[in-house]
Amino acid sequence: MRQSMTIRILSALDRKSWLALATFLALTLVAVPVLHLAVAPDSVFHVSAYAITLFGKIMCYAIVAVAMDLIWGYCGILSLGHGLFFALGGYAFGMYLMRQIGRDGSYQSDLPDFMVFLDWKQLPWYWSGSDSLWWVALLVIVFPALVAFVFGYFAFRSRIKGVYFSIITQALTYAAMLLFFRNETGFGGNNGFTDFKRILGYSITSPNTRLVLFGLSALMLALTLIFARWLVASKFGRVLTAIRDAESRVMFIGYNPLWYKLFIWTLSAVLCAIAGALYVPQVGIINPSEMSTANSIEIAIWVAVGGRGTLIGPIIGAFAVNLAKSWFTVSFPEYWLFFLGLLFIVVTLMLPHGLVGLWKTLRQSRGARA
Amino acid sequence: MREFLRKVIGIDPEKCSPEYRVGYSGKRRTLDLSHNVILYLEDITVSFDGFTALNKLNLAIDAGELRCIIGPNGAGKTTMMDVITGKTRPDSGTAFFGQSIDLTHLSEPEIAHAGIGRKFQKPTIFEQHSVFENLELAMKTDKGAYTSLFAELGDDERDRIADTLRQIRLDTQAERPAGLLSHGQKQWLEIGMLLMQEPKLLLLDEPVAGMTDDETMRTAELFVSLAGKHSLVVVEHDMAFIKELGGKVSVLHEGSVLAEGDLDSVQNDQRVVEVYLGR
Repeated sequence: MRQSMTIRILSALDRKSWLALATFLALTLVAVPVLHLAVAPDSVFHVSAYAITLFGKIMCYAIVAVAMDLIWGYCGILSLGHGLFFALGGYAFGMYLMRQIGRDGSYQSDLPDFMVFLDWKQLPWYWSGSDSLWWVALLVIVFPALVAFVFGYFAFRSRIKGVYFSIITQALTYAAMLLFFRNETGFGGNNGFTDFKRILGYSITSPNTRLVLFGLSALMLALTLIFARWLVASKFGRVLTAIRDAESRVMFIGYNPLWYKLFIWTLSAVLCAIAGALYVPQVGIINPSEMSTANSIEIAIWVAVGGRGTLIGPIIGAFAVNLAKSWFTVSFPEYWLFFLGLLFIVVTLMLPHGLVGLWKTLRQSRGARA
Repeated sequence: MREFLRKVIGIDPEKCSPEYRVGYSGKRRTLDLSHNVILYLEDITVSFDGFTALNKLNLAIDAGELRCIIGPNGAGKTTMMDVITGKTRPDSGTAFFGQSIDLTHLSEPEIAHAGIGRKFQKPTIFEQHSVFENLELAMKTDKGAYTSLFAELGDDERDRIADTLRQIRLDTQAERPAGLLSHGQKQWLEIGMLLMQEPKLLLLDEPVAGMTDDETMRTAELFVSLAGKHSLVVVEHDMAFIKELGGKVSVLHEGSVLAEGDLDSVQNDQRVVEVYLGR
């Protein structure tokens, strides 16, 4: 029996998951704004601006983690360069934010400050249209997609796999970082973009703007999860996991893995880029360090900690690692990287299925005892 | 959505479906059996780093034939299958499927679509997928990425999977993860996956390895029943099984065909005896 798309998307999640998702949206879209705006700052129920920025940021990371899980957990391709797509989305949106500063920069020029500093007289051609939100929104999606598609096409067509692919993605993001470090590239060199003032004319620091960005991140995370769930439950998703488990068999039964890998790879990059575009206005800065190799490796750690191939796992992983990080970097800043390394080793050796796997095992053993 | 995929992500259903790309001319080629021969291998030579795996191999398989290939280890049996299925390109020689399809210029998925199915020596199935899903993925259909996104099983397709499940005697195991099957059952599942592809030519590399005697005999029955409608090339070491199949036997040795004929004449061939027992 053939079903309509609506029904198929509705049936992608079970009843409990839809309830959980509705609760999540009610919390983020209704409860948090109310607790932030209407509750007095000295009340225990008040949600601080710091908390909103922190969780908004982590929700962007969670989108990246789901995107990473689609390509790594479901298709077995470990990308250690996903930070690049996140940063490209961030930079694309950052262009719009830079233009929105208008003449409020230190040099009171129409050009962004760093261009005045470089003594440029006009915007480079690739900045044209960057004052339009719609054009930039399109750029956020299309440019990273194009980079991912072209890179993926040649890598997958040449059948580059496993650790070789991972290393090339590291090189890709590293090369891009070096490129963006240069002042001549036209993206603010090592300082990147910062000192944003407005979005669509609204002050970027006002509580309302922050809540809208926070809400959009939550909405995007929910949509990403629903779409990813639908995708992995489709026949396409079954072919993906088949490619992960026995690629040669997939080819000998007549599938060309190239197009499957390329689709999921490009999709994953676009999701990262959208997350990056939501992230930049919330944290107020984008610079080339987002493209550092360590950042991309950290994405893989979120997914590994949460549990690969589960969709909910990477979200849990992104929250767990980043909450730990924001506590650690305040309390023991110098030990964070050691802790991160230790975490990766422990998870790889003892928790191959991550926190979600641990929880399942615990529940099963309790069930066996009862 | 469809338009979005086509335009923005560049996934064009016509381009990504190998069904439409059989033959590098871009046109779909159909199998031409006008001379009643389904597979021609002519003077195929393959060498790896100086080691000659296939040495001017010549082999022709008739349409509907059941052919057994035997030979000592390293005789080139698996390399021959690799050449036919596009995994290995020959250094020289030609491989034709029917009269018109040049296998040396097609990719693995294109060859699969043209109608050649392959069973590996080690059972290669999707262990994380259920038995049912394994058959579903193998089923002959448009296997483009775009089509798979929206693909749904119709009733007739479910019936076909159910038929094959009965044929390979796994109908009670349909929902089990394939990785939990016994070795013999995995072999059967892989054979079932081949059948779902509806290939014209089946290449079977040691299909009864690890099967019980009972399972082996049932497999022989199945293969004999398939011959005629399909052509089969079976690589095996199990002589009882080959005897049961009853087809023509080719003996491979050092990359070329040493002897050909029915099992008795081949077994009595002095050269074959020497190869197997050593000089």
